[in-house]
Amino acid sequence: MYAFEYFAPKNLQEATKAFNSFNDSKWLAGGMTLIPSMKLRMNAPSALIDLSSIEQLKGISIKNNILSIGAMTIHADVANSLDVINSLPALASLASGIGDPQVRNRGTIGGSIANNDPAADYPSAILGLKSKIITSKKEIDAGNFFNGFFSTSLDTDELIVKINFQIPESAIYLKFANPVSRYAIVGIFLSKYHDEVRVAVTGAASCVFRVNELEEGLFHDFCSSVVDKTDYGITNLNDDIHANSEYRRYLIKVMIKKAISILQKK
Amino acid sequence: MRISLTINGNPVSEDVDNRTLLADFIRNTLGLTGTHVGCDTSQCGCCVVHLNGEAIKSCTMLAVAANNSEITTIEGLSNSEDLSAMQESFRRNHALQCGYCTPGVIMSAVDLLKNNPKPTEEEVRDALEGNLCRCTGYHNIIKAILDVSKAG
Ligand SMILES: Cc1cc2nc3c(=O)[nH]c(=O)nc-3n(C[C@H](O)[C@H](O)[C@H](O)COP(=O)(O)OP(=O)(O)OC[C@H]3O[C@@H](n4cnc5c(N)ncnc54)[C@H](O)[C@@H]3O)c2cc1C
Ligand code: FES
Ligand code: FES
Repeated sequence: MYAFEYFAPKNLQEATKAFNSFNDSKWLAGGMTLIPSMKLRMNAPSALIDLSSIEQLKGISIKNNILSIGAMTIHADVANSLDVINSLPALASLASGIGDPQVRNRGTIGGSIANNDPAADYPSAILGLKSKIITSKKEIDAGNFFNGFFSTSLDTDELIVKINFQIPESAIYLKFANPVSRYAIVGIFLSKYHDEVRVAVTGAASCVFRVNELEEGLFHDFCSSVVDKTDYGITNLNDDIHANSEYRRYLIKVMIKKAISILQKK
Repeated sequence: MRISLTINGNPVSEDVDNRTLLADFIRNTLGLTGTHVGCDTSQCGCCVVHLNGEAIKSCTMLAVAANNSEITTIEGLSNSEDLSAMQESFRRNHALQCGYCTPGVIMSAVDLLKNNPKPTEEEVRDALEGNLCRCTGYHNIIKAILDVSKAG
């Protein structure tokens, strides 16, 4: 790891000021991705701005059917929060399946979505739910946040403050996990609102995506036969040592159907 | 940067390089070599310690980020010559062979029982997702942990 300056500011103003006093700063959240990548010298920031002392970035609350989760909230807290378990159990279950207990005790929701790993779990919940990313500069609608492979629409000095999820009538997350890393080979987030159905897929391509063609059909007829009938033409799926693209295509179909049948029984 | 923290109940204050990992600080600066480094890539769990009561991988955290925290390592589980209940159960159940993974596994196991005092076998296996053991095949490790939970 190359040398760097380190700051642990107490509030957003100090954080932005510290960030902008160096050329090549980076925010440090749980460090579960950033520290390994710095060890490999894939990342060599001149300064790390540790967000862990900023109270404003932590915590979970519900107001007017909106579940808000602070960017620095760790996966274990989302998994165990009664507010999340009661209002959006699919999200608690997603968080409880990330990595291992030690990763869940450090990794944060903000770090996970800022990183936008194509196999990460949280991005599917961001797209699979009606959600907004609240940053130090603006509000970003979920649909405009992820920009492709490990890329987001955040400016370099912009930081995620919290994520607001509109609570659906029901939702489910299913993951076909890589048995070693627990990252998704395919992950499906399916949600039902009174005016919309959403289906988001992670792990399968270079970036999380929604299956719009299917959502429309499922809104009118929430039934797994719709999946067989719809031509949702997904292309450019990942082809790697874990699973080839045909296998992923098949998993997507099977898992969406399974998700539908589980939600139908609820 | 100068950092102050409590380790196994004892306050320490040391100058560290910003890029020093918590695992290296514990082993090299403090000389507490019970915490092991197996993979250095967040996979094996040999380096698990408790940070403010929660199990974490100390190879994937900066020592400077542990400023003002309370850390417990394997050396801190018992403050006498006797083994702690979990250590004793590992000994009795032959839950180790080479012993390299053992400190990390025990720190994860203690964390599990703190959050879930009566886990099922499946929950114990799940809780050890982040710990690799190349020797035992895990069977006796699971037995040792379940034994402590039954006794507790
Ligand atoms: C062994 C292992 C297994 C894992 N398994 C899974 C898994 O199964 N599923 C899964 O989804 N993930 C998995 N992860 C990833 C983990 O869950 C973390 O979510 C992820 O590493 C990023 O979160 P972090 O808080 O650690 O961020 P960091 O590593 O600290 O930061 C990641 C990036 O995000 C930026 N960043 C952080 N916070 C903010 C913010 N608030 N605003 C703007 N930018 C920010 C940082 O600058 C950095 O570029 C695994 C990690 C490990 C080590
Ligand atoms: S040495 Fe930390 S996880 Fe392997
Ligand atoms: S006892 Fe040898 S690695 Fe576990």
